[in-house]
Amino acid sequence: MLFILSIVIFLVMRLLPGDPILMLITGDELSQSSEERIQALRREFGLDRPLPLQYLSWLKDVLRGDLGTSIVHRDKVEVEIRRRLPITIHLGVSAFALGILLGIPLGIISAVRRGTWWDSIVTFLANLGITAPPFWLGVLLIYFLGLYLKLLPIFGYTSPLEDFWMSVRQAIMPVICLAVYPVAATARQTRSSMLEVIPQDYIRTAWAKGLTERLVIARHALKNALIPVATLQGIILRFVLGGSVIVETVFNIPGMGRLAVEAIVAQDYPVVQGVILVVGIITILINLLVDLLYVFLDPRIRYE
Amino acid sequence: MSERPTFGPSRAELRRFLRVFLGRGPVVFGAVVVTVFLILAVLGPLIAPYDPYFQDLNNVLSNPSRVHLLGTDSLGRDTLSRLIYGARITLVVGVVAVGMGAVIGTALGLVAGFTGGMTNTVIMRLIDALMAVPPLMFALVLSAMLGGGVKNVMVAVGLSLLPAFARLMCGQALTVKENDYVLAAKAMGARKLFIMLRHVLPNSLSPLIVQVTMTMGGAILMEASLSFLGLGIKPPQAAWGAMVFDGYRYLTTHPVLSFAPGAAVMLVVFAFNMVGDGLRDALDPRLRGLL
Repeated sequence: MLFILSIVIFLVMRLLPGDPILMLITGDELSQSSEERIQALRREFGLDRPLPLQYLSWLKDVLRGDLGTSIVHRDKVEVEIRRRLPITIHLGVSAFALGILLGIPLGIISAVRRGTWWDSIVTFLANLGITAPPFWLGVLLIYFLGLYLKLLPIFGYTSPLEDFWMSVRQAIMPVICLAVYPVAATARQTRSSMLEVIPQDYIRTAWAKGLTERLVIARHALKNALIPVATLQGIILRFVLGGSVIVETVFNIPGMGRLAVEAIVAQDYPVVQGVILVVGIITILINLLVDLLYVFLDPRIRYE
Repeated sequence: MSERPTFGPSRAELRRFLRVFLGRGPVVFGAVVVTVFLILAVLGPLIAPYDPYFQDLNNVLSNPSRVHLLGTDSLGRDTLSRLIYGARITLVVGVVAVGMGAVIGTALGLVAGFTGGMTNTVIMRLIDALMAVPPLMFALVLSAMLGGGVKNVMVAVGLSLLPAFARLMCGQALTVKENDYVLAAKAMGARKLFIMLRHVLPNSLSPLIVQVTMTMGGAILMEASLSFLGLGIKPPQAAWGAMVFDGYRYLTTHPVLSFAPGAAVMLVVFAFNMVGDGLRDALDPRLRGLL
């Protein structure tokens, strides 16, 4: 699958009209650049060779862990990604964890207390939450928490190892932006699959056995309701990775999302290809994890 | 043979559809917002109080007032008029992108699911590979490489929505093709294309319709995000995402410049999602008799 992805992304980058060399030159020295200089740069980055050859040599390097050199900064792509990936993972995992830790309990409560004002509030907020544009949420938070109440720094990133409290303060707003969708979507899905499970016979049996509400909900209902919620986490992951592009731009955070935007704007082939490949690997690994989770949640599922 | 054969849904089915669809407050609210949005998009130029591109340089960054209900931006353009014109761009991009993604994606999924075997493997592996990249990132790359602008944004967003449709339709085709009426059509010697278009596709329409409305919200959000990042619709065109970004620079003094277009995006996306939810409840055959 990664192999197919690598071909697709390579072809998209090469066949569409963009040209990194022209982007690079327009930047500074368009007037003096002669046709020869353009050709020289092309040769330097190997962009003058036939496409299949370019692909094969890129693939050969990738398999050895070498993602190439940025056309714009001339840095090694894998070094750049290794520097920025932890930042994106820090924010993304926080948002992801919030989604599960807040979303599932909220969904359970609103399903169990169906029809109460508590349920109406959760459902309404969840419906609102899955539609909130992350870039706009960012702008709102910056205005109210950052500029108006002056509670939090409005941009930047500090590693938690360097200055823990500064790091937490800077991460709050970006993490909220990223977490609203996961929390809302998880709560919605948990609620609707709990509602499907609750009328089942085995739940009535559990009640009839005289189990406490806590046991019936946690042991019998929740475990059966969690499979669609686990499936949803795959979609949420794609959202969080895509959202990091926006959130890191709004809050000026030097993570992989902003690296992607910068590289895409400059049409820096090797960087874009590298970032997409890494994102693809992360997605595939997480989906594998979700598949393994199914086995734990539903003993009927067995992978041979 | 006294009764003439009728096509399409019967009266009773239609009544049930309306009852379920209009039975929930948020869905009705969504339907109203979508209707208002469509009217604004179509009749925008007649309703907008000013020319959205007219730069009144003597009157830049004015606060909301009787004359300019939402104030003016950094070039003295009326914010409300730009919002109304933005509705049209949002709608056109959304409809074309979703249409493109839905038509191509559905066709691929239909062929893959119905034919099975090698064709299925090739198409679905490709789709799986595309699914491994977040749609927003994929759209960003496409839009940047194509060079931005309304047309290219439509293509970029449309192509990034395609995998979801292909996967949905492939699953549908796999289930529907096991039905006896498909077997009967095969036994009668109907050609594959005929069976696909005449039997498999119509019997998969309900989930497709729901997916289309749900995706509208996603497409609008994606276009706004692209424009916000400066890789979508370019100024001076009045795209909501780009307006949020423009206003961002004046956040301390004129927050309405980025609050208003952002609120518009959210409201429209919310409305389309609610309509999608309502359609799903009204069209889902499993809920028949329950709702």
